[in-house]
Amino acid sequence: MMGRLPIAKMLAATVAMTVVISAVMVPINWNGQGASTAAPKIDQLLSVMIVLSAFVFSLVMVMLFYALWKFKAKPGDESDGEPIHGNTRLEVAWTVIPTIIVLFGAGYSWSVLNEIEEESEKPPLTVQVFSQQFAWSFGYPGKGGAWSEGELHVPLDRQVHFKMHAQDVIHSFWVPEWRMKKDNVPGITTTAIVTPDKLGTYQLICTELCGFGHAAMRATVVVETSADFRKWVAGLKETVPAALMESVVQDTETNPVPLGAGGA
Amino acid sequence: MVAAIKQPGWIRGALGAILGAAFGFALVVALRKASGLPVYQTEQTGYPHIVVPLVTGPLGFLAGFGCFDYWLRWAVGMPTIPEDHSQHGAKSWRDYFRFNTDHKVIGIQYIVTTFFFFFVGGLMAMLIRAELAQPGTQIVDAATYNSLFSTHAVLMIFLFVIPVFAGIANYVLPLMIGAPDMAFPRLNALSFWMLPLAGLLFIGSFLAPGGAFDTGWTGYAPLSTGAPLGQSFFNLGVQFAGASSIATALNFLVTIITMRAPGMTFWRMPLLVWANLSTSLLVVAATPFIAGVQFMVLFDRAIGTQFFEFAGGGDVVSYQHIFWFYSHPAVYIMMLPGFGIISEVISTHARKPIFGYRLMALALIGIVVLSYSVWAHHMFVAGMFSWLRVPMMITTLLIAVPTGIKIFSWLGTLYFGKIHTYSTAMLFALAFIVTFTIGGISGVMLGMVPIDIHVSDTYFIVAHIHFVLFGGSVFTIFAGIYHWFPKITGRMYDEKLGRVHFWGTLVGTWVTFIPMHWVGMDGMPRRVADYATQFGEWNILISCGAFLLGFCQLVFLYNMVVSWRFGPRAEANPWRANSIEWQVSSPPPVFNFPEIPRVVGGPYEYGVPGARHAIMAGESVEAPAETQPTVVGST
Repeated sequence: MMGRLPIAKMLAATVAMTVVISAVMVPINWNGQGASTAAPKIDQLLSVMIVLSAFVFSLVMVMLFYALWKFKAKPGDESDGEPIHGNTRLEVAWTVIPTIIVLFGAGYSWSVLNEIEEESEKPPLTVQVFSQQFAWSFGYPGKGGAWSEGELHVPLDRQVHFKMHAQDVIHSFWVPEWRMKKDNVPGITTTAIVTPDKLGTYQLICTELCGFGHAAMRATVVVETSADFRKWVAGLKETVPAALMESVVQDTETNPVPLGAGGA
Repeated sequence: MVAAIKQPGWIRGALGAILGAAFGFALVVALRKASGLPVYQTEQTGYPHIVVPLVTGPLGFLAGFGCFDYWLRWAVGMPTIPEDHSQHGAKSWRDYFRFNTDHKVIGIQYIVTTFFFFFVGGLMAMLIRAELAQPGTQIVDAATYNSLFSTHAVLMIFLFVIPVFAGIANYVLPLMIGAPDMAFPRLNALSFWMLPLAGLLFIGSFLAPGGAFDTGWTGYAPLSTGAPLGQSFFNLGVQFAGASSIATALNFLVTIITMRAPGMTFWRMPLLVWANLSTSLLVVAATPFIAGVQFMVLFDRAIGTQFFEFAGGGDVVSYQHIFWFYSHPAVYIMMLPGFGIISEVISTHARKPIFGYRLMALALIGIVVLSYSVWAHHMFVAGMFSWLRVPMMITTLLIAVPTGIKIFSWLGTLYFGKIHTYSTAMLFALAFIVTFTIGGISGVMLGMVPIDIHVSDTYFIVAHIHFVLFGGSVFTIFAGIYHWFPKITGRMYDEKLGRVHFWGTLVGTWVTFIPMHWVGMDGMPRRVADYATQFGEWNILISCGAFLLGFCQLVFLYNMVVSWRFGPRAEANPWRANSIEWQVSSPPPVFNFPEIPRVVGGPYEYGVPGARHAIMAGESVEAPAETQPTVVGST
């Protein structure tokens, strides 16, 4: 049966289409500017997935359009097609090959996940993130907890552990340039790990629906040299209010080690 | 007048609704008075004097309308009124507004009702896109915007996609398996009549103080536990829609398992029957979870339980675990029946047996099993235990395998066939393969934790779900409606208008939903009434696509309405299909078959010389050679 199909030509067309789609899509910077050590790793994973997806999509398109071109009924032809009920080898192939592809994707994603969440050897900077309808504020270590509202400063090239505390409903912390997002959940402390590696000013966006002010719940993020950062923190007048400090103490840490072993 | 009140129907139904609501109201008032509490509690989450009547009123309507008459008579020992079948069939349009136990009438009731809500939900989508066409606030304020997209999603999911499949299957499934009706016709009618009540509750929430529910269709706690009264309408609407869904699924399961015609073994069932068997297995086990979790939210709101209130010892994230334990299987509840439709349409119009029939059926079962083990992929950034992410990622990616089997098998079915594309049903089926492949690919990407961390809760998600739910489910619904339109109405629809609808919908889908991927990855979050100006140009394009999409659905509506009334008469089997529903007249006789057909072969034996699927009453009964599916080895 398959001997009657131009398999080689169809595969060539699939590969050609894959190459064209990949050549167009891979160079585009889909996720926007990257500004953390995680960004290039995630973007590279995306590029690999684009190539694999382009292959799968091209294969489906070539198979579909070849069939539509070759096996379209002539007008007035009322006969039936050939009574072919299946092909065990083909069915095994399109079960096994996709399994291998997705397991490769899973393994690759897993390794990227481990890399981007790996703790640095240098002691990280811990910043407390406080979210409430509809504003962000941030607590910095030292000096009784310096506090800034609506503006987050972090030093360049140092791993930052954000400890997040929601005061009312769930909010979500997203800086697109860092490729990092984490929900802030009432009652628990969630953690996000980021190592900013580009100076600049970015936007922190709330991505979990939190009420009528959700769309406007933004904050400014400034990545600066550690000298500038120290100076800026030293210049902060306010300290973390007692009510927010309470949530730091009261919230339980997530990610407990499961069954006494292993967890991150 | 007295007779009208005694007779089940609209008058007694309205009376039942009023009495039910009054009883609920009086109960709350009396109990609060007796407890020395203020009679009316109008904190925003409370309003017991409204919430309780929202339960008792609809139940009173159902009782008054006649949904429980037979069972109640039996339960209290009154003589039951035997079914004399005079209620079967529909002689005029009025019969569709009665409590009717005929599966074909119920099927039409379902389809028409669900399309009504499709257009209401679609209108909301148009408003949403009008607001989003430009950055800033033009048409609706942020709170109304939140209500609009929440109601849009809820109507489309609970009042359109899930029940329209139940409607199509209600009509064709008993015919397909050679059954005279569903197993439990009275339960079937009750299932249908609960549905509009759910719709009224969802839409009625716009009248509640504080506006309609505005926490998304996901209704995450604690936003939902503290939301205004409209949220309670949502909590209760889900109960009616869910109960309807569960009862229908039980009905399908029993019907499929016990009422197949003689000779119809499991391996001779059409794939639409397999698909509904799989879907029903999902519904009966998963839907109770969303019903339960919405009750928990309602109790948190109304009676002070603290399931999701961390200050009272509750756990916020557990809402999401319970919710998604239903709502991930729900996406397959919204897709598997469509898979069944596509198998029927492609096999018929390609004049070919389904490629790899058994693997197709097993893939459905594989999806059912896997779909229970992937729910937490909605929660990769939700703050759940981080170790759960990798196992959920692996199962999520593996579910692409049975889905891929289905895609490749449909393509295999086309090969060496005689593909006819004159039918709009076939056009939608072929386009479904393309759009669903894209939705599947973005689904695999979303399953990967590092990518998901970046695009979670952005427009990429909106793009993905619309590609699988609109480009996927809704395309299959259109394929199904066009395919069985002649059977259901006895009329042919207009293929020219069908093509206009098809091409407009296809182009509209791509123009609307493809750019959403891009703006999402580039930093536009979902569920926002306003957005950064940098996304303005894409959004105006997206809105134009959406308006095209909306307009084309009016062409569909016109085609359906006018063809149903004035279309040329349809023959019994206009597509020359094999399955049993095409072997009876269009529309089928009131009791489906004068005599139950006998099944002698597979449903897709196109091109097999002398093969038969079923022998109908009155046909010559010389037994044709039983055909065995031949598996051709590769050459």
